[in-house]
Amino acid sequence: MFEFLAKRLATIVPTLVFVSMLIFGLQQLLPGDPAKILAGEEQDPTVIAYLHRKLHLDEPLPLRYAYWIGGVFKGDLGDSVRTQQPVLQLIAQKLPVTLELALLAMAIALAIGIPAGIVSAAGRGTVWDAAANAFALWGLSTPNFWLGILMILLFSVQLGWLPASGYVSPFEDLVANLAAMIMPAFVLGNAIAAVLMRHTRSAMLQVLSADYVRTARAKGLNERTVVLKHALRNALMPIITLGALELGALLSGAVLTEQVFTIPGFGKLIVDSVFNRDYSVVQGVVLVTATAYITLNLLADLAYFAVSPRLRH
Amino acid sequence: MTIRLRCLVPTLCLALTPFALQAQTLRVGLAEDPDVLDPSLARSFVGRVVFAGLCDKLFDIDEKLTIVPQLATAYEWSADSKTLTLKLRGGVTFHDGEKFDAAAVKFNIERHKTMPGSNRRGELAPVASVEVVDPSTVRLHLSAPFSPLLAQLADRAGMMVSPKAAQAEGEKFGARPVCSGPFKFTERIAQDRIVLERYAGYWNKDAIHFDKIVYTPIPDATVRLANLRSGQLDFAERVASSDIEKIRADKKLKTSRIVEIGYQGITINIGKSDKAKQNPLGRDARVREAFELSLDRQGLAQVVMDNEATVGNQWVAPNNAFYAKNVPIPKRDVARARALLKEAGVPNPSFTLVAPTTSDAQRLAVVVQSMAREAGFDVKIQATEFATSLNMADKGDFEAYILAWSGRADPDGNLFSFDACNQPLNYAGYCSAETDALLNQSRTLRDPAERKKVYEQVAARVLKERPIVYLYHRNWLWAYSAKLGGVRDVPDGLLRLAGLKLAP
Repeated sequence: MFEFLAKRLATIVPTLVFVSMLIFGLQQLLPGDPAKILAGEEQDPTVIAYLHRKLHLDEPLPLRYAYWIGGVFKGDLGDSVRTQQPVLQLIAQKLPVTLELALLAMAIALAIGIPAGIVSAAGRGTVWDAAANAFALWGLSTPNFWLGILMILLFSVQLGWLPASGYVSPFEDLVANLAAMIMPAFVLGNAIAAVLMRHTRSAMLQVLSADYVRTARAKGLNERTVVLKHALRNALMPIITLGALELGALLSGAVLTEQVFTIPGFGKLIVDSVFNRDYSVVQGVVLVTATAYITLNLLADLAYFAVSPRLRH
Repeated sequence: MTIRLRCLVPTLCLALTPFALQAQTLRVGLAEDPDVLDPSLARSFVGRVVFAGLCDKLFDIDEKLTIVPQLATAYEWSADSKTLTLKLRGGVTFHDGEKFDAAAVKFNIERHKTMPGSNRRGELAPVASVEVVDPSTVRLHLSAPFSPLLAQLADRAGMMVSPKAAQAEGEKFGARPVCSGPFKFTERIAQDRIVLERYAGYWNKDAIHFDKIVYTPIPDATVRLANLRSGQLDFAERVASSDIEKIRADKKLKTSRIVEIGYQGITINIGKSDKAKQNPLGRDARVREAFELSLDRQGLAQVVMDNEATVGNQWVAPNNAFYAKNVPIPKRDVARARALLKEAGVPNPSFTLVAPTTSDAQRLAVVVQSMAREAGFDVKIQATEFATSLNMADKGDFEAYILAWSGRADPDGNLFSFDACNQPLNYAGYCSAETDALLNQSRTLRDPAERKKVYEQVAARVLKERPIVYLYHRNWLWAYSAKLGGVRDVPDGLLRLAGLKLAP
């Protein structure tokens, strides 16, 4: 296991360097002059020339990459050209928000998706199976922004139970924080729950027809023990992989949901920064999310060891 | 009656009194997240909404676009219009306690002019030097007469920041701005909120009835409105025109509708690049006239803007004092358009219309395409992301381009940079020595009647060449809580905070 871990860790650094080059290089393919969009309505030529100098836009690409990566190694991700705020500060403001939303959404997805998948597989062909499948279809086919707006109209405008949007830090007011996060977390979690349910169901069906499950049943174990102890454990492997991937995607920001609920997370930041050609912000945020993604995949690999004793040997 | 009622419900009276005295917060929903909060560097419209609470200016404009005093109480032009003397308000301090005086004005004007990346440099270009006469008098010496200067000083170029803070913070000043407006900067979380707190030392503090202002950027108009309806906002700027009927039916809300000082138009490449010569629209003024005649402006306003726009054919709206009445809005005339195209030898001209990807621009493009088709035009729509479209416009890599301008209080701000030769916003590539002479002349005249006469001549020339086909002037649509009183409908679309009050 430790050998595996060391090997994986050794690949992380070159992967991140490659990712940083990719982010930097791909960004240059964006059409339009960033100085022009940053110069605003007036389009003053002296301002455009100044921004060109400031952003090193007239210098060769490798040199510009060197400026940026040199700063990254020193812990300086640069400043947002649009708002003058340091990129690290922006990330520090957004990361807890994105993290909380991602974890809450994942918790909702797991709480709904896995039990629904188990019930559906264990009771294949029953009303429960049909209900769980209908839920999955609904979850997969409902657009996030639409569900979000409908929920706002119902729970905020009509019933007045929850705030329509916005974010309150849990350290300021935990209840207000949860009230603000519950709708976006549900909207995001709902779609992932549907995916998890479908995967849990098919993995469970496969495992439930395996020989060792038949043996367990023949030994006279009750169905609950067979399903939850013997079958589920083996069925969890693909679900862990999927869960890690989905969580990684959530960490890179949920643009539409953040937009609808005005949650100041990574998704909104990165989209606005791309449209405003605020390169340093895009680079900083993508680097952080790429790191988070890679770390989550590593954690998923470690989770395999915990779940499957076969891998430990 | 009121007194009697109050006496009848003493408990309520007691309950209401402390409520009225409680700290009040005004929550404003913005359509975008503002850019940097430094008046010298700022570029966005929405940033100006925040500045209205944060940074006072030398002058302001009122509902009729008249220049009114703010930090300057009086002004006087020299006979040759090359010197502007300003009398400054006494007893004004910046949020850091520093005194506002003539030296601060000198510092600010020079900062606007010299700071690297300043967007105010062009606006204040004619100001050659600033002279401190005494602590309450300052004199601006101009290199040439420039009548739009007062209007410039009623916008960001007239905003005064604390010299001490500006020197200390340097380039980073915008992250923690220090001005002299009714509210001081508290915190900013990008894309989440900008919080301002009441400044106790404000010179006009009796007109300020809030302790705190929270500006929240909520880009989606539906969500912005939902926040207002659920009571999480007190004021939402720029609500969607399609929602306005629903808002009017809601007794808990009020609306304001103000004709913007900007415009929506279609810029035509008539000389920016070789592309102008390759297309009949850019090559022949008759084809451009035919294009304009094929458009039904009222129809466009109705379909694209749900009638929340005032049709127009010039850089200022027909209700503006400087509107040139000698060139009225042409009526749609498809037969005449066809005849013009025939005369030009191109009965079915084809051109590409670059349209930014905003929903308004896309809707406009489709309606224009369908209207122009009736006259024989084949309009191809090229939906292009805004940053890319701006680049294309600057390079002249377009035939026609849908572009809106947020507008300036003085007509010069809507005209000079677009129609004078080689100006940064002259994407059409229009250049005429005679027009340049008229535009420069208009800048030297202080008498509005005389300026209007010159603008009439400009209109007669420019609107015949049609570098820009002006279509309409959008209405600023604001929605706010019915409890909010004192909202002033100033045409620049910025929310003035003095006099605003939230009833209990």
